Amino acid sequence: MTGRRNGPAPAWLLGGLGLAGLIVLGELVPRSGLVERRYLPPVSSMLSALADQAAAGEFWQALGETLRGWAIGLAIAMVAGVVLGVVIGWVPLLQAALNSTIEFLRPIPSVALIPLAVLLYGTEPRSTLLLVVYASFWQVLVQVLYGVRDVDPVARDTARSYRFRLLTAARTVIWPTALPYVMTGFRLGAAVALILEITGELVIGSPGLGRQIAVAQNSNAVSAMYALIIVVGLIGVAVNVVARAVERRALRWHPSIRTEAAV
Amino acid sequence: MSALKSVVRLLAVPALLVAVWWTATEGSTDYFWPPLRTIVGTFDDTWFHGRLTSDVLPSLLRLVAGYLLALVLGIGAGVAIGSSRTLRAVLEPVLEFFRAIPPPVLVPILMLFAGIGDGMKILVIVTGCVWPVLLNTVEGVRALDEVLRDTARSYRLRRGSRLVHLVLPGASPQIAAGARQALSVGIILMVISEMFAASEGVGFTIIQFQRTFAIPQMWTGVILLGVIGVALSALFHLAEARVLRWYTGLRRAQREG
Amino acid sequence: MTMTTADTGTMLEVRHLKKVFQGRGRTVEAVGDLTFKVKAGELVCVVGPSGAGKTTLLKCVAGLLDSTSGEVLLEGRAVTGPPPGMAVVFQEYGRSLFPWMTVRQNIELPLKEKKVPKAERQRLVREALAAVGLSDAADAHPWQLSGGMQQRVAIARAVAYEPHILLMDEPFAAVDAQTRAELEDLVRSLWKRLGVTVLFITHDIDESVYLAERVIVLSSSPTEVLADVAIDLPAERDQLGTRSLPRFAELRAEVYRLVQQAKDGERPSTIGKVAR
Repeated sequence: MTGRRNGPAPAWLLGGLGLAGLIVLGELVPRSGLVERRYLPPVSSMLSALADQAAAGEFWQALGETLRGWAIGLAIAMVAGVVLGVVIGWVPLLQAALNSTIEFLRPIPSVALIPLAVLLYGTEPRSTLLLVVYASFWQVLVQVLYGVRDVDPVARDTARSYRFRLLTAARTVIWPTALPYVMTGFRLGAAVALILEITGELVIGSPGLGRQIAVAQNSNAVSAMYALIIVVGLIGVAVNVVARAVERRALRWHPSIRTEAAV
Repeated sequence: MSALKSVVRLLAVPALLVAVWWTATEGSTDYFWPPLRTIVGTFDDTWFHGRLTSDVLPSLLRLVAGYLLALVLGIGAGVAIGSSRTLRAVLEPVLEFFRAIPPPVLVPILMLFAGIGDGMKILVIVTGCVWPVLLNTVEGVRALDEVLRDTARSYRLRRGSRLVHLVLPGASPQIAAGARQALSVGIILMVISEMFAASEGVGFTIIQFQRTFAIPQMWTGVILLGVIGVALSALFHLAEARVLRWYTGLRRAQREG
Repeated sequence: MTMTTADTGTMLEVRHLKKVFQGRGRTVEAVGDLTFKVKAGELVCVVGPSGAGKTTLLKCVAGLLDSTSGEVLLEGRAVTGPPPGMAVVFQEYGRSLFPWMTVRQNIELPLKEKKVPKAERQRLVREALAAVGLSDAADAHPWQLSGGMQQRVAIARAVAYEPHILLMDEPFAAVDAQTRAELEDLVRSLWKRLGVTVLFITHDIDESVYLAERVIVLSSSPTEVLADVAIDLPAERDQLGTRSLPRFAELRAEVYRLVQQAKDGERPSTIGKVAR
């Protein structure tokens, strides 16, 4: 709050300037010959490649496949993560026994499963789905466990002493407390799911934008490759923005003001 | 005896899982799910006679090089961006975009620039790991305590010592959170970059096994990757606990206070 | 550590200080027109109703905030940034100490920055810790100490810095009553021993009368000086004896009345009329 005479420029204007600067740079650097055009084509040729793509049905089909794989994988991970998280978090014995196991299993990199997935399902969408579910499941599960741990001990004891069934307890005691954490898990899981969806398509060759990128790369269609990567980046931005909006919306009524739990 | 107890607690369920795997696959004739006994039996042969130094070590060295480089770049740029409100506003949408690009798609781009050698693989790891570090550092620097900042200014701390004594330690919990995310991204990229184009490395070897249908060997590779992931994360926790000892103490004091 | 100022022993001079905050679409005039002087070696308290811009005033004096107009002179020089020879003790003790440093490192850091030689540094740290009664806590981290002890560390850091002027921004507002009394006596004794000039900002009327040689009462925002009350209590003060003096009660009542007037929106001009 240093009282400047004429207030600072609004953030959206500065941000717009930043984006414009990036685009101008992306146009001028290849044109000036600073970087070879076959490595980094000017933005304009990326855009025209994008227009070509958009005219072809193949692109839209790939886009649909990517989004579908992402959504299905995320949905499975959410359901599994929330259900298991509530059960494990609520039953002290399970929590004690499994906490360390989760810490143990979580760092196992999802890509370790790639050869297995290929072996089991080949290039079917299912093999990528396996990676997506595996990776985003941990994000959701860990957040839900934080959330259940955060339940007021008094409320917890009350529910226990009245011998609430798990479902009742989940609805009346756990869910309200854990909801913000579930939403954080949703946001983190959504981002990770997209990464793994694209990775799977790219590496395994299951249908989707990732495979289109690999195809463009192999056929030396550099502009098209960049165009597809930009699309993927924009999907990523959209996923983040929407997930954050959903999170905020779900939390607006929520009394808890908390800083973001560590990832 | 509590140490023993906690070891038992730590290992009970993982041991149980392994036991289940062991008995469930015992005598298995399914081609894709060989007996765990067979997998374990092949482990030594597969990895400990040359591949440790010819494949695992180069992969890990590339990971370490790329990861450290990403830490330096991410923290450096993050401090610069986090310290300037204007710079932050200008770059926010750009960073938002780059962060949202799934890191593995960088592999085809970087292959154009840097070929398929070590340089490309390290570059892939750097470009993937730098974002979580960068964005978390920006956030950490931005959220530095106002009073602490005023204190440093009123005692006329110079730029350099403000960086060393105020900004970096103050942002360190956030930086650590970013570094933790970056580590898992780094492991993924270490493997992915080798799956594309390589002649050695863990990722390359495992894909080779899969393509040649050397199933038990492939399984040992999956297990090895898991072990590497767990071990690196454990190392990270140790380092983090050391660096952030003050922070854990502070948090505990605040909770109890 | 006594000061030799060129002019008539004025340590701090605030002339027509004005501070306006410009937010989005609205401006807040936190400090209207402040003028006062503090002589070298004086202990002056500033009281005012809450929201009177006390902290803004302190930040302007400390050079942490630019003023909109007017000026602040410290030892005859205009303050444009944090000046040398000044130490600040903030209200939020928990947030003004570096939690990643030990108590000793916290006190030593400003001295290192001043390039004080090592042996001298160690002596200053030792003496400052002894002066606040925390010699045993040198290697603890701040968060391992109670709130009152943390504020003692902040005071020790300020003392070790050997400032010409010590600014204190409601330093005891967040500690319990018992600790508060102890810390008040600590400030008095340090002031007398070191001869340092102290500008002490508080909202507590009792505290201001007990501590100060002079109490400056601020009007409510936009802030001006409403009154300047000389505290003619004996130099030797103690919590029981001083506070039960009839003169203490009178002074307290006077300052209380002034603060009430300030709350009611009284301004220096209107006071003048009432007096006439």
